[in-house]
Amino acid sequence: MRHIISLLMENEAGALSRVAGLFSARGYNIESLTVAPTEDATLSRMTIVTRGSEEVIEQIVKQLNKLIDVVKILDLSDGSHIERELMLVKVRAFGKEREEMKRMADIFRGRIIDVTEKTYTIEVTGPGTKLDAFIEAIDPVAILETVRTGASGIGRGERILKI
Amino acid sequence: MMNNSLEQVTGMELTGAEITVRCLMDEGVDLVFGYPGGAVLNIYDEIFKQKGFKHILVRHEQAAVHAADGYARSTGRVGVALVTSGPGLTNAVTGIATAYMDSIPLVVLSGQVPTGAIGMDAFQEVDAVGITRPCVKHNFLVKDIRDLAITIKKAFHIAATGRPGPVLVDIPKDITAQKTAYSYPESVVMRSYNAIVKGHSGQIKKAAQMLLEAKRPMIYSGGGVVLGNAAKQLTELVHLLGYPCTNTLMGLGAFPGDDKQFVGMLGMHGTYEANMAMQHCDVLLAVGARFDDRVIGSPDHFARESRRIIHIDIDPSSIAKRVKVDVPIVGDVAAVLDEMIKLVRAGREKRDTESVGNWWTQINEWRARDCLRYDRASDIIKPQYVVEKMYEVTGGNAWVTTDVGQHQMWAAQFYKFNKPRRWVTSGGLGTMGFGLPAAMGVQLAHPGETVACITGESSIQMCIQELSTCLQYRTPIKIVSLNNRYMGMVRQWQEFFYSNRYAESYMDSLPDFVKLAEAYGHVGMKIEKPADVEGALREAFALKDRLVFMDFLTDQSENVFPMVPSGAGISEMILAEDL
Ligand SMILES: Cc1ncc(C[n+]2csc(CCOP(=O)(O)OP(=O)(O)O)c2C)c(N)n1
Repeated sequence: MRHIISLLMENEAGALSRVAGLFSARGYNIESLTVAPTEDATLSRMTIVTRGSEEVIEQIVKQLNKLIDVVKILDLSDGSHIERELMLVKVRAFGKEREEMKRMADIFRGRIIDVTEKTYTIEVTGPGTKLDAFIEAIDPVAILETVRTGASGIGRGERILKI
Repeated sequence: MMNNSLEQVTGMELTGAEITVRCLMDEGVDLVFGYPGGAVLNIYDEIFKQKGFKHILVRHEQAAVHAADGYARSTGRVGVALVTSGPGLTNAVTGIATAYMDSIPLVVLSGQVPTGAIGMDAFQEVDAVGITRPCVKHNFLVKDIRDLAITIKKAFHIAATGRPGPVLVDIPKDITAQKTAYSYPESVVMRSYNAIVKGHSGQIKKAAQMLLEAKRPMIYSGGGVVLGNAAKQLTELVHLLGYPCTNTLMGLGAFPGDDKQFVGMLGMHGTYEANMAMQHCDVLLAVGARFDDRVIGSPDHFARESRRIIHIDIDPSSIAKRVKVDVPIVGDVAAVLDEMIKLVRAGREKRDTESVGNWWTQINEWRARDCLRYDRASDIIKPQYVVEKMYEVTGGNAWVTTDVGQHQMWAAQFYKFNKPRRWVTSGGLGTMGFGLPAAMGVQLAHPGETVACITGESSIQMCIQELSTCLQYRTPIKIVSLNNRYMGMVRQWQEFFYSNRYAESYMDSLPDFVKLAEAYGHVGMKIEKPADVEGALREAFALKDRLVFMDFLTDQSENVFPMVPSGAGISEMILAEDL
């Protein structure tokens, strides 16, 4: 099962490597990991997307909790939540393709943020599945470059991760 | 402590080196095990000037950490080691990992190159925090002199609380020279670390109920009971219930080894009765233990028999890691057991004494197989005999450290520990070379007590240089070397699982251990006949102020039984009579 785990940790040097090291040392897989400071500069918030059986996920959460720098954890998948990821795609946009690419970007509510004679760079945001769908939808040979941030997540409504 | 120190009142500033030393003093440290080098010279200079604690100069940094570890295991206090940067730190890693695997509270201070040189591949630079990350409870690199005292305080706090473990503090050389005002914090609060956990009362009630209803109960306790100072509570609970109790290798001594309710150690080399009772019980109380692979073998095989499991541990990640648990209780073991004792005392009458009586009959049948039997008539010295005699000669009152291998298992099987903390062995990491330096730590923490190191001729050579330290500090350790000229445990596996192909497990060109001991200024004895074993032990243990190296030439072909082959089920033991 795919899980999306959010955590708050002390914004200390090396905090990220403790989490990354834990995952590699114990053989847990990481689909994506994002991290940035929060409005409180002493805290970082991390979103980890991982896969595993219920037992493995339980261990992951327990092991993360054991890290001294980790302040609080929430397995977002335990309840309703919102997940967003940002992708930048540079595509070939030449001749007839220009119109087609513009149309696809519109369908996916993407925005063209950079234009040259031959290329567009399109920004798409949404759950990972939507970004996958966008990639599926355009001609693979037209894709010059993609970059994705990995998922960020937040609980819906009253589900708040804060200290 | 020394909070309103003169410096604070007068606003005088101290160097980082002075602060480091003052922190150790204010923390109440009495012994520091270490080895100097460039990056820690400022700290050593301050050690030279002080009288608050004693510094023990080892001969190898691995030994400094093992000695601090032996000190910690035998006292329950935090052990302290001090090493220099680069090779000093890398030498210490084996010791740190050993302590980590057995949850031993240590603070290891390491020197680091100056902050400006970090990352420049400077002389004797290693990424200490990076190298030790997977084998410490936590580690710190001090980058600001103003953080030094609070970091050291945090290190002691983290090491000692919750599930204990080693903490490394890496201190760059320039920090030890800079100055700031000093005051040692009396306490620390960390929002990300709260070690105090109280067991859930509802769960404890449920557990007590389950225990009282049991027909085939079993109590299985591990190192957590020793670390959590809960041996008294465990013993009381087991006696109140009248149920069988087994200890893991790490838990020996938490329940008296000569008690009739004790069914021996369990696990890969556990007794037949302990392993059978584990497999066939209907209610299992696990206390401060973690169902690891050397203890319950294959978890699938273990799960074939249905039983309800109650698991008490301070570390939630130890619960439901390898086996499913019915009643998990996360909390301080002693406090949880206290609460459980009250409930059990009130409900004792409800026990199913008839079923439990039948269970004991079954257990006694298993016991009657006498799985630790060995040939007492042999004219070659049997290693088991040496440990048995040593137990007699020391009246069961010795502090015993071991190395790793067959001798370690025989020590565990044949020396009966009635008190916790007297048994000091590397269980989790299984570190050869641990025994002698650990014994130094134990002896220095307990002057005047009898301390023995049961070892093998291969293991002892891994930290043999510490014989020199032992002379310098007059630690009258008794080394009981069971010399079978083999890496016995390796040879045993090769005999059982590799058709007697003894690849590189024969110890050729052994030194003359008697002369070696003498060269280091100690007493050496070589014992070759069973008839001489007891006399030699008596003579050696009577030499109260000398280190004695006893080289017992033992049976080369002896194996440790019972044995659960790796990956097999706990009840699938190879017994001596099977071969
Ligand atoms: C540092 C280290 N290296 C290798 C091993 C693997 N090992 C486990 S037991 C053993 C043999 C130990 O031989 P000895 O000390 O003579 O004890 P015996 O088994 O003969 O009693 C070895 C090599 C280990 N545990 N630790």
